[in-house]
Formats: sequence, C-alpha cells, structure tokens
Amino acid sequence: MNTQSYKSKNKVIQISGLKKSFGDHKVLDGFDMDLYEGETLVIMGKSGSGKSIMIKCLIGLESHDGGSINVMGKDMDEINEEELNEIRTEVGFLFQGSALYDSMTVRENLEFPLRRHTLKFGKIGDATPLVLEVLQSVGLEHAIDLMPEELSGGMKRRIALARTLILKPKIILYDEPTTGLDPITAKEIILLMKTIQEKYKTSSIIITHDVDCARFIANRMILLVDGKNYAEGTFKELDGSGDPTVQAFFKS
Amino acid sequence: MKKNGGNIIRDFLVETGELAYFTARFFKELIRRPFEFKEFLRQCFNIGNKSLLLVGITGFIIGLVFTLQSRPKMVELGAVSWLPSMVSISILREIGPIITALICAGKVGSGMGAEIGSMRVTEQIDAMEVSGTNPFKYLVVTRILATTLMIPLLVFMADAVALFGSFLVENIKGDVSFTLYFNEVLISLDFIDYLPATIKSFFFGFAIGLVGCFKGYNTKHGTAGVGVSSNAAVVEASILVFILDFVAVLITDIIYKI
Repeated sequence: MNTQSYKSKNKVIQISGLKKSFGDHKVLDGFDMDLYEGETLVIMGKSGSGKSIMIKCLIGLESHDGGSINVMGKDMDEINEEELNEIRTEVGFLFQGSALYDSMTVRENLEFPLRRHTLKFGKIGDATPLVLEVLQSVGLEHAIDLMPEELSGGMKRRIALARTLILKPKIILYDEPTTGLDPITAKEIILLMKTIQEKYKTSSIIITHDVDCARFIANRMILLVDGKNYAEGTFKELDGSGDPTVQAFFKS
Repeated sequence: MKKNGGNIIRDFLVETGELAYFTARFFKELIRRPFEFKEFLRQCFNIGNKSLLLVGITGFIIGLVFTLQSRPKMVELGAVSWLPSMVSISILREIGPIITALICAGKVGSGMGAEIGSMRVTEQIDAMEVSGTNPFKYLVVTRILATTLMIPLLVFMADAVALFGSFLVENIKGDVSFTLYFNEVLISLDFIDYLPATIKSFFFGFAIGLVGCFKGYNTKHGTAGVGVSSNAAVVEASILVFILDFVAVLITDIIYKI
C-alpha cells in the first residue's frame, strides 16, 4: 500500500504545532504529524532531536508546552484521568530499554497491565491463556516463569512487546526498538514487528536510527530536525533525495 | 560546576519545597482509591523481614554494652540497684527508637532510594503509568505507609532485645534473676515513657519512607543518579530523624512540666 492509499484512511493520531522545551532548550518547535489507520510511520532524527519526547507527550508521559495532540478522536488536553487510561489501553508503548519490572516474573510482568486496566478487561481470573497467547506471538512461551535478569537483551525486547500486545492495542509506539541489539537480533525484532503489525492490524509509530529497520517496515517516514519536520515521504523518496541533510541519515 | 553560597541556599529551598509538595501529594493520594493493599502488605513484610535481624543484633549489643559500661560507676556509687531502671528508661525513651531509626534509614531508606531510582531511570515507572497504574500510589504511598507502621514495631522489638541483653550482664555479673530484673524495669517505667517514644517512632518511620521514596522518585542522570539518590536518602533521612527527635524531646519536656 503506498502513502496516498493510507492517507485515504482515518487519522488515528493528529499532532499539530507541538512544542516542548526544557528550560531554554527547545526540544520540539512546532512538530506536525498524522498517523493513519494501519500505517507504519517511521520517525528518524539525530539523538536529542526530540523523537522520544514527542511519543512520550503523545501518551501523556510528558506534558507539552504548545500545540495539540489528538489520539483516536480525543484531544489529550481535554481528557480526564479515566479517559487517559482508556486511551492507554488502545495505545501500546515499547520502551527503549524494555522497562520490564525487575521484581516480577515474565508472567507477572504480562499480567500486570491486564489486571490494572479493569475498564477494558474487567476482573480477570486466570490470565494464563492470554499470557501464553502473546508469548507464543513473540516465540517465548518457555520463558513464562523466568525473571527479567535471566533474559537476554533480545528476549527482554520480545517480552516487552508481548506486554504491549496483551492489551490488544490499536496503535503501538516503538521507542528505538533495535537500539543496543546485535544486527541479527535487531533483524529478528524488525521481522517480529512486521508480523505483529500484519497479525493484529495495528497502526505504528517507530522511532529509530536504524536505516535497515526503516527500509523494511516503513510505509512513510518523517525526518525530525531541530524539533521540526524536515522531510516526509516513503523510504524510496527520502533515500533518493538530493538534500544533504536528508542524505546524512541514509548514508551514515 | 562549583556551587556558591547562594546556589546552595537556593537548591536547599527548592528541595524543601519539592519535598513539601511530595508530602502533600502523599496525603492526597492516600485517601484516593484504589488502595494497593497487597503491595502495602508486601512492603511491610519486606521492611520487617529485611531489618529484623540487624535491628535485633544491634539492640542486643547496645543493651549489653550500655550495661557493661554503666555498671562499674553504678557499683562505685552504690546505686547498682537502679541499673535496671536507668537502662530501661534510656533504652525505651531514646536509644531504642533512635538506633532503630538510623539502622532503618541506612537499610530501608537507601534500598527505597535505589529501587525506585532504578525503576525511574529504566523507565519502569513510565511503563507502570502506561499500564493504567498510578505509580505514586503503587510505589510511594505503600512504602511510606509500610515504614510508618513497621518501624515502631521494630523499635518495640529492639527495646525488648536490648533489655534482655542488659539483663544477661546483670545476671552474669550481679546474679540478678530474670524476675527481679524485669520487675525493677516495670516498676520504674510509666505510661509517659512509652507514649512519646512510640509516637516519635511513627514519625521516624514516616520520615524514612518519605525521604527514601522522594529521592528515588526524583532520580535523574541515569545509573549514576541512582547511587546519588540512595546515598542522599540515608543522609537526609538520618538528619531528619535527629531533627524530629529533638522536636519530640522538646515537646515531651513541656508535657512533663505540665
């Protein structure tokens, strides 16, 4: 599906003129973005360009100074805590360092969000079938009773993805999903993301530096420079761009 | 960057303000649902279980040493029969609560600073928030409540073990029986000896939990920041314990005069 065909679908996220500063340092300075249903949007930018802050603003983990964020028809500035939690059941977040709870087993890590989002799932008795289902999706059902410290970096990333999937989100936000992994494991994670996207029909935003990841998975890309959109298009369009700033990302 | 006097005062005032806001948020979240009862019980068990042996051993040695050090002078003054009264009043009113609080500031306070701090820098707190959990309620409120409840219990145990240590010295050196020693102890103690010490132990527990959680929850600058938070939690909780103790003694003194 090309960029134009996605643009005929519903917008699930709309960001307009997003601003965020830390003291005098402007991290985001009028960033705009739309995400369409079923689309995989890759956002690239230099370290410190505000990519991770942007997706944290999107899910309400960081406040923003200006602009507007609309997620699945709801203005993030207008919603109350209950509505925010409702949105968070629909928007999964894969953290850069996996962020598994150290003191809990894999099973408990996966059950935790399930038992907390009672609005969507009600009171759950035995969650094992649901836990096993998502663990099978990431190929790690044998790790159900392990502690996070017993897992490799790639396994942690997969379990974190399973924890995101257990809530059956409509949108998944990936914060540098392949950073810190060896090339083979990184490729496995990218394949897994693609499989999940096809299986669960999710819309995704992927923050990454990994050009291979972008080539393989992106329907559309945005380059973020100095807190603003610098360029937008498919991987092919941006890769073929003559702009030296754009090329710096692809030829590095 | 080298800090000048102005910066130090400004940082101190900013931190005091942040701690006051953190305390106010604790009381606000305390009365809001849901109550994380299971996590609260887990924390109570952790705090009690982790500190029990250390507090017990320290209390026992303090009781032994205190009696061994005081006994020769009391014998010299012909006041050895007052030894159980003197030891019990000292331990119950001051030594038991303060030693227990300092041990817990070191063990529990630093543990909380490091655990919550590491959760902060590895984004586990953010993950918790995304999972529909209020991390302040789940991590902070439960821990502060647990220290507030468990430290008075640990003080009670430390007092008992210290008195037993003191009795052992008296038994070996002065051939004093268990019944006689504790009879003397109970005769010399009034309700007013228990009450202020118990009340201040609750405040010590609250202060240790509050500072440990505050430092951990506001950890910055990655893994290096975790060490800083853990260390600061011990230092600041210990200072706060001494300040609270001083205030408690002043108030108790006023009550005695009335």
